[in-house]
Amino acid sequence: MGRTLAEKVWDQHVVRHGEGQEPDLLYIDLHLVHEVTSPQAFDGLRLAGRPVRRTDLTVATEDHNVPTRDLHLPIADETSATQVSTLRRNCEEFGVRLFPMGTENQGIVHMIGPEQGLTQPGTTVVCGDSHTSTHGAFGALAFGIGTSEVEHVLATQTLPLRPFRTMAIEISGSLRPGVTSKDVILAVIAQIGTGGGAGYVLEYRGEAVREMTMEARMTMCNMSIEAGGRAGMIAPDETTFEYLMGRPHAPQGEQWDEAVAAWRELRTDDDAEFDTVVHVDADALTPFVTWGTNPGQGLPLGESVPDPATMDDDAAAATRKALQYMALEPGTRLRDIAVDVVFLGSCTNARIEDLRAAAGVLRGHHVADDVQMLVVPGSMHVKAQAEAEGLDTVFTEAGAEWRSAGCSMCLGMNPDQLAPGQRCASTSNRNFEGRQGKGGRTHLVSPLVAAATAVRGTLSSPEDLTPAVATV
Amino acid sequence: MEKFSTHTGIGTPLRVSNVDTDQIIPAVYLKRVTRTGFEDGLFASWRTDPAFVLNVEPFSRGSVLVAGSDFGTGSSREHAVWALMDYGFRVVISSRFGEIFKGNSSKAGLLAATVEQSDVELLWKKIEERPGLELTVDLEAKTVTADDLVVGFTVDDYTRWRLLEGLDDIGLTLRHADAIDAYESTRPAHKPVTI
Repeated sequence: MGRTLAEKVWDQHVVRHGEGQEPDLLYIDLHLVHEVTSPQAFDGLRLAGRPVRRTDLTVATEDHNVPTRDLHLPIADETSATQVSTLRRNCEEFGVRLFPMGTENQGIVHMIGPEQGLTQPGTTVVCGDSHTSTHGAFGALAFGIGTSEVEHVLATQTLPLRPFRTMAIEISGSLRPGVTSKDVILAVIAQIGTGGGAGYVLEYRGEAVREMTMEARMTMCNMSIEAGGRAGMIAPDETTFEYLMGRPHAPQGEQWDEAVAAWRELRTDDDAEFDTVVHVDADALTPFVTWGTNPGQGLPLGESVPDPATMDDDAAAATRKALQYMALEPGTRLRDIAVDVVFLGSCTNARIEDLRAAAGVLRGHHVADDVQMLVVPGSMHVKAQAEAEGLDTVFTEAGAEWRSAGCSMCLGMNPDQLAPGQRCASTSNRNFEGRQGKGGRTHLVSPLVAAATAVRGTLSSPEDLTPAVATV
Repeated sequence: MEKFSTHTGIGTPLRVSNVDTDQIIPAVYLKRVTRTGFEDGLFASWRTDPAFVLNVEPFSRGSVLVAGSDFGTGSSREHAVWALMDYGFRVVISSRFGEIFKGNSSKAGLLAATVEQSDVELLWKKIEERPGLELTVDLEAKTVTADDLVVGFTVDDYTRWRLLEGLDDIGLTLRHADAIDAYESTRPAHKPVTI
C-alpha cells in the first residue's frame, strides 16, 4: 500500500526503530528557539555539562516579549528584559545563531524559518511553540514541543516519538473572492472541534489548496494545532519551489536540482489510505469569525450568536460560559458586534500578503473613531517590504498604528494588551479567555475582515463598506 | 525525574471542558527563567473568583485534579505542567488531553491519566459528595480508587515505564549516540544549515 506525505517524511527521519514499548527515535533537521520556552532547557544542559549537539541546525529569535515600538529604549518590563537577555547569554555560551530584536532578520519564530529558506520540504522542524505547525505548509513535518523536549533536541538533535495517525482535509472547489485560507481553517476547526485532530497529522489537499499562495498555506497549517492536530502538512509543488528559490538558506546550483527532485517525491501516493478524511466545500465558504472562547466556536459572519437553549447539555454549558465571558446575547447578529480594537498581526496573519490585503481594504477609508487598530508585521523583513511598497503610509493615513515586528497582542507578553472588557477583532489564532490581556474579548478574523471591521467599527467584510471594496 | 508508582491525595473536581494552557497559566506568568515558582500563576484568572474550586477548602489542598474533556489544549508551554506540580498536583485526570500537554507531563513527572468521560462523571460525584475524599492512583495497576469506586485509566506503556522507573529521556537517547552518528552521515547534502 502507498504512503501518505506525513508517513514518507517520518520514514526518512527514523534514526532507530524502538524495541518493544520504546518509541521510534526521530532526527530533527531544524530547531527554532525563542526566549520563553528555552531558558530552563539551556539550564538543563548546563547542569548536565552537555553541549548543543548541532548548532548548525539551530537558530534563535526574540519575539514573544519584544516591544513593538521605541526599540531604541531598554525593555521596560524587568522580567521580559531578563528573559531576552537570558536568551542572548545562552546563545552566546552555546554558540547558537540569534536574530536579536531590532535587527534585519528578526521576527516571529515562524516567520524567520520560511523567510530564510530554512524551512524546506521533507524536513522535520520543531520549536518550543505550538504554532510550529506553520512550517508544514512546505511539506515539512513540523510540530510544537515543550521545554523538556527543547532540551532533548538541543542535546541529541532527536526526539523519541510515536507515529501519528493521518487525517486528510479535502478542500474541493475554489475559494470565492474575499474568502481566505483563514476562513477555511476556522470553518474546519468549527467542523471537527478543538480536539478533532488530536493524535493526527492533518494533510490539507484539493484544488483550493493548490491554488493558494505559500502565505495562505502557512495560515492554514499554523492553526492545525487549534483543531488539536499535532501538525498540518501540504505537499510541496511549483508554488513552494518558487517561494524558496534564491532565499538565503535554500539550496543552490546542483544542490537545488537534487533537492527539487527529492521534493517532487513528497506527495501522498494515490493508493495511500488516511485514517480519517474530512471534506470541505471551498465554493460554499464565506468569511468566518469566532464568537466564543475557543477557536472551534465560530460561524459565518452572516450568522448570529448561537443560542445554548437549542444545544445538548455539554455544548450548552460550554456556550453559556463562553457567552458570559464574551458578554454576548444569543441571537445577536455577528455583524452588529462592535469592537474597541483591531489587531492585524501574529504568526497566523502578519505576512506581506496579509498586510497587502488589509491595506487594499483600508485605502480611501478611515479607521472608525472609537476603534484602535494595531498593525504589527510578523518580521522585520515584512516590515521593510511593506514600507518599500508604501503600505505603512496606507495604514497610518487610515488612522492605524504601524509597529515593529513581534508576537505582540496575540498573547500580550509585551506591552500590547487589551484592557479588561475590551473587545478585539484579531487576525491571530486564539480567542481563549484573557489571551490578549486579562478580561479581553477576542474574535478571530481574516485580515480582510479585520480591515473592514476597523472601518465600520463592527464585525464586517469588505463588501459591507461604502463604496464596497472588491477583493481578489 | 522522581519515580511514580502510586499516589494518594485529595481529589479536586474541575468541571470545565476545553481548559487550554492559557487558562492553566496565563502568558504574563511565563517570564520566569527558572523551572520552579509557577504556582501563583496556576489558573490565575479563575482564582480571582472566590467560588473557584481552588479557593474552596478542602479542594484547595488537592493533589489529584479531575478535569473535563480536552484538558491542556493550545499553547505548548510546559509551564502549565510546572504550575500544576508547583501547586501540589501529581495527577490530572481527563477523558482527553492536548497532545503537547500530555507529552510535557510525561517529561516532567506529572501523571496525565486518561479516563472515560462516564468515569470522570462518577469521580466528580464521589469527590463532591465527600469533599476531602482521597483518591489513590496506582500506575502499576492503572486504576483510580475513590472509596468503593475503582476506575481504570490509560497511559501509554513507554510513559508508564519511564514514570515507574523515574528515567531521564535524554540519558536514554544518548545510549543510542552511535545510531545518531550513523544517521547523520547519511543526511542529504541539500538539507539546510542555519550558519
